[in-house]
Amino acid sequence: MTNGNRSLGRDGRNRAGANFVTDRTIRLDGVRKAFGRNAVLRGIDLELPAGTITVLMGANGAGKSTLVKILCGVHGADAGRILLGGQPFAPASPSDALASGVVTVHQNINDGVVPGLDVATNLVLDELPRGALFLNQRAIRARARAIAAQVGLHDLDMRAEVRHLGLAERQMVAIARAMARSPRLLILDEPTSSLSAVEAERLFALVERLRAKGVAILYISHRMGDIRRLADRIVAMRDGAISGRFERAPLDIESAVRAMLGHAMAEVRIDIPAPGAPVLEARGLVLRPGARAFDLDARAGEVLAVTGLVGSGKSALAGALFGVALPLAGAMRLDGADYVPASPGDAVARGVFLSPKDRLQNAVVRDFDITRNLTLPFLRRHASGGFLSRRSERTAARAVVAEMGVVCQSPGDPITTLSGGNQQKVVVGRWLSQPSRLLILDEPFQGVDIQARRDIGARIRATAPGRATIVLATEIDEALEIADRILVMSEGTVVGEHVNRGIDLGRLMAQVVDAPGARAVTAE
Amino acid sequence: MRDFAIRYGFLILMIGLIVVFGLSAPGFLTPQSAVFILQSVAITGILALGVTCTMVVDGFDLSIGAVATSALMLSAYAQVIWGLGAIEAVLMCLAMGAAVGLANGVMIVKLRVPDLLATLGMMFVLIGLQRIPTQGNSISTGMALPGGGSATGTFDPLFLALGRLRLDFILPRLLPLSVVMLLVIALLVWVFLETTRHGRLMYAIGSNAQAAALAGTNVDRYRIAAYVISGTLASVGGVLLAARLGRGDVASGNNLLLDAVAAALIGFAVLGAGKPNAFGTAIGALFVGILLQGLTMLNAPYYTQDFIKGAVLIVALVFTFALSGRAGRPA
Repeated sequence: MTNGNRSLGRDGRNRAGANFVTDRTIRLDGVRKAFGRNAVLRGIDLELPAGTITVLMGANGAGKSTLVKILCGVHGADAGRILLGGQPFAPASPSDALASGVVTVHQNINDGVVPGLDVATNLVLDELPRGALFLNQRAIRARARAIAAQVGLHDLDMRAEVRHLGLAERQMVAIARAMARSPRLLILDEPTSSLSAVEAERLFALVERLRAKGVAILYISHRMGDIRRLADRIVAMRDGAISGRFERAPLDIESAVRAMLGHAMAEVRIDIPAPGAPVLEARGLVLRPGARAFDLDARAGEVLAVTGLVGSGKSALAGALFGVALPLAGAMRLDGADYVPASPGDAVARGVFLSPKDRLQNAVVRDFDITRNLTLPFLRRHASGGFLSRRSERTAARAVVAEMGVVCQSPGDPITTLSGGNQQKVVVGRWLSQPSRLLILDEPFQGVDIQARRDIGARIRATAPGRATIVLATEIDEALEIADRILVMSEGTVVGEHVNRGIDLGRLMAQVVDAPGARAVTAE
Repeated sequence: MRDFAIRYGFLILMIGLIVVFGLSAPGFLTPQSAVFILQSVAITGILALGVTCTMVVDGFDLSIGAVATSALMLSAYAQVIWGLGAIEAVLMCLAMGAAVGLANGVMIVKLRVPDLLATLGMMFVLIGLQRIPTQGNSISTGMALPGGGSATGTFDPLFLALGRLRLDFILPRLLPLSVVMLLVIALLVWVFLETTRHGRLMYAIGSNAQAAALAGTNVDRYRIAAYVISGTLASVGGVLLAARLGRGDVASGNNLLLDAVAAALIGFAVLGAGKPNAFGTAIGALFVGILLQGLTMLNAPYYTQDFIKGAVLIVALVFTFALSGRAGRPA
């Protein structure tokens, strides 16, 4: 797969001297990648100067992760060339990329550390295969301390097992270990998505130290706070191409967001229906210690979107409404009656459904076919005296497959044979298949292409009359496409409310990004 | 072709085996031989069906063998020493099995002890506990009691009938009651796992517990229930063993655990299920029985039995995991 771009790379070496770039700049020229007929990268030209933090922004499906995977050796490019310090670079494998000095820290941090070993051993792990037969613990710890000191980490407990460390410290260990190879390019893929504010601050300090050492840094994030704090330049990606470069200080983040979202898609017309009777009335909800209490109302027939950054409290809200974890304080009423769900089973029995985010982890049952995945929460309806009726299940499944437009041979296909977008249609369709009072959809468009997103959104709106619907979406444009009314959450509380008609995007974005204390130390 | 091999390979292997034994060992294809095979696998089969239930919820029960031998000793103790009747003895054993299953389930689900460790600990506790009252001796009528005197109780004839009664079927006095119980239990477990809401939810839990919970399933309750089923079925196996032996023999039942687990794992390969299933487990137990009976009739020495069982298990696991390319956790 990589043979093709190897020869392109050799060609590139001859011309490298003609480019006005320093030796230490990473340069991509016309990089293309397609999966089947689906062109994911359509000619990427990008330079990543040494000692500079380049933030890469892009909506889901823009091609960011494919680009990263090409840089770190998981995929080969179909066309184009990459120059790394003037040399052609076409890694055949992740270890190849690592040996060439391209280090990637993924969202899933455990890829970079061995949880069962102590910090010192983790730091020197790359040297162990070629080391002496017997381990000298003192020498290992001394070497590990030297490695940690290189990146300014002086307070790491070398004897602590990595599995006892917090996510942030694991990330530090992974980065420090990678830095022992004196890399040229460090790629950070949404590194703060699971970090608290304090932890994120430590990471930022480390990243800035590495910048000072002349490492080129590619930083991928949706979090405006991170971007504002770190970015030397911003590159926006959309639909597999670079849609904007922002290099002049002060960085124009709003334009970057616009470049990332684009206006190529036709706007979705939202007809806001007349408000129905209140379905959910929540008063004085407190979702985390120290967060300000808030009220929440959802009316019949209404589609309410809740947006906010990762970690703003959206999923905690979903958990509270669905009986996963009760709120710390506050009272909820459903159709005028007290509502205190002790478990998801309670919530479902009251007609409150939740389609969770992260479908592979929270929704898809891999051993089941499409039908069984669809009927999972409603087996009672397909059973008499405890015995399931296959025919009843099949009928229900065929209806959902048709309504959601799931592309499959038959409802008996294993769920794993479906593409991600179609799997998402199944797990969302699962909860649309039965009438509910309150339907909560947590990131219903996660990891789906724009067409599937429109299909799912249309189905959600078409079925909305009669129930209240709450859609949780990190991406603002997803909220704009689906909702009658948009709430903004930050720091575990609601900080803004907008009716989705001639919305003031600037104000909405400011509430998402600039909410008071968005990056300040929280009570947690 | 590959799909066909995955799906029917194991059943074809079994039919081929029956044909080969039928041709080469005279008397193999007779009702008596068939019944003997069934009787030899009845107890391990029942245990295997129990452990299948725990495997369905992605758990494992190492204590089934010890539960069975505990039930064996308890039923003997109840009748020979306490002088109780058959019904009380059997109920005590079933209650003991269910209680052990409940304890296993609570340890694993509520106290978050890993399944293998919890049930391993339970296995040791039970193996030790069943020997304490008799100071390590077997129980039989007339045995010397630790406090002086001798045991006067006897096994209730009704109890012994569980292991020894043969029903008229084709031939008079052909079908042992234990075989009938195996067939009934296999059918019940199959019906439960494949056709009821509860079985479906248990499979969902085994595949993705988080997704099952977020679909409104009470995951903890089903997990515990699986261990209760496993413990109860193991105690049924122990009762049948005691009834067949007619004494509380401390040394019997050594192989029960491993044979039952092997049957359940062989069951993964049947019809290409690739997962624990009641039908496969029953076939798996039968397969081992047929193989051993055939080889015995061909005069293979008894000490080759474990080797053969191991080889069959490995073949079955290759069918399941290598051929079908499934990554999974068999144990």
